[in-house]
Amino acid sequence: MNWIFEPWPWYVAGPLIGATVPLLLLLGNKKLGISSSLRHVCAALLPANISLFKYDWKKESWNLLFVVGLFIGGYIGGSVLANPNPIALSENTQNYLSSFGIQSVPGLMPSELFSWETLLSFKGFLMMVVGGFLVGFGTRYARGCTSGHGILGLSALQWPSLVATASFFGGGILFSKFILPHILAL
Amino acid sequence: MKSIQYVLVGIFFGIVLTKGEAISWYRMQEMFRFESFHMFGIFITAIPTGAILLFLMRKAKLKTLEGEPIEMPVKPYHHGVVIGSILFGFGWALTGACPGPIYAQIGSGFLVTIVTLLSALMGTWCYGYFQKYLPD
Repeated sequence: MNWIFEPWPWYVAGPLIGATVPLLLLLGNKKLGISSSLRHVCAALLPANISLFKYDWKKESWNLLFVVGLFIGGYIGGSVLANPNPIALSENTQNYLSSFGIQSVPGLMPSELFSWETLLSFKGFLMMVVGGFLVGFGTRYARGCTSGHGILGLSALQWPSLVATASFFGGGILFSKFILPHILAL
Repeated sequence: MKSIQYVLVGIFFGIVLTKGEAISWYRMQEMFRFESFHMFGIFITAIPTGAILLFLMRKAKLKTLEGEPIEMPVKPYHHGVVIGSILFGFGWALTGACPGPIYAQIGSGFLVTIVTLLSALMGTWCYGYFQKYLPD
């Protein structure tokens, strides 16, 4: 029964992620897109007369149910069926991260960076608070994220989604190369 | 009761993202540093799978379960696609999460990533507030 705790290879996870796009369309013309859920929550809780949040968010409630599912799925995949071994990272990445004191231990996130204690440090504040803010601000500005542009938009051969995907990958690559090392060294 | 199906698809998607390690900060660093094929493998199999199935659905003129014609997604261009996505890329490198994985990271037991979610909500709200002053 050990296989059930094993991580899934890319050639299993990738096609299943791609198949979610037609599945949602078949169920009810729903378009995969997760950053929209952040907009719906803002519209529901604090619309503040802002035009971006003035719409009937209840019509989009399927999207909020979907992210409730994501949360449960994360619990099943990351906790109930958690891989007991450290992630099989490439040796280069392991060496790079260990030079900042980040060890490869079981779990999907390094607790050296993501914990309640580090949240109170400048480093943790940058990683979680500033990082989260940029994710929310940027995806709404771009009207889509990795799922809406990267998976759905590219599957539907939408060229603006290719521009978006190149831009967020580019942003991530440049940030990881030039800025993140200075933050990890804090 | 029809809405429960979206919770189920969400659970499915969450398990796939998590077991595929696509919600892992470690894996995102590895991807951004081009040190493993894993994440690229996920993208280059996910997109053609979606594209081929969409193409076949259109060919077969399939309808939704409720019998409606299927609407193909349209993503118009605006400059925010570039500016917003670059900013998002910075946040992705920091948190190791795009919006979907944020929810799954919390579920997987890293409760502190609730802070990432609250900050993302704040970011979304602030975009709404400043939208009229920003180039579209």
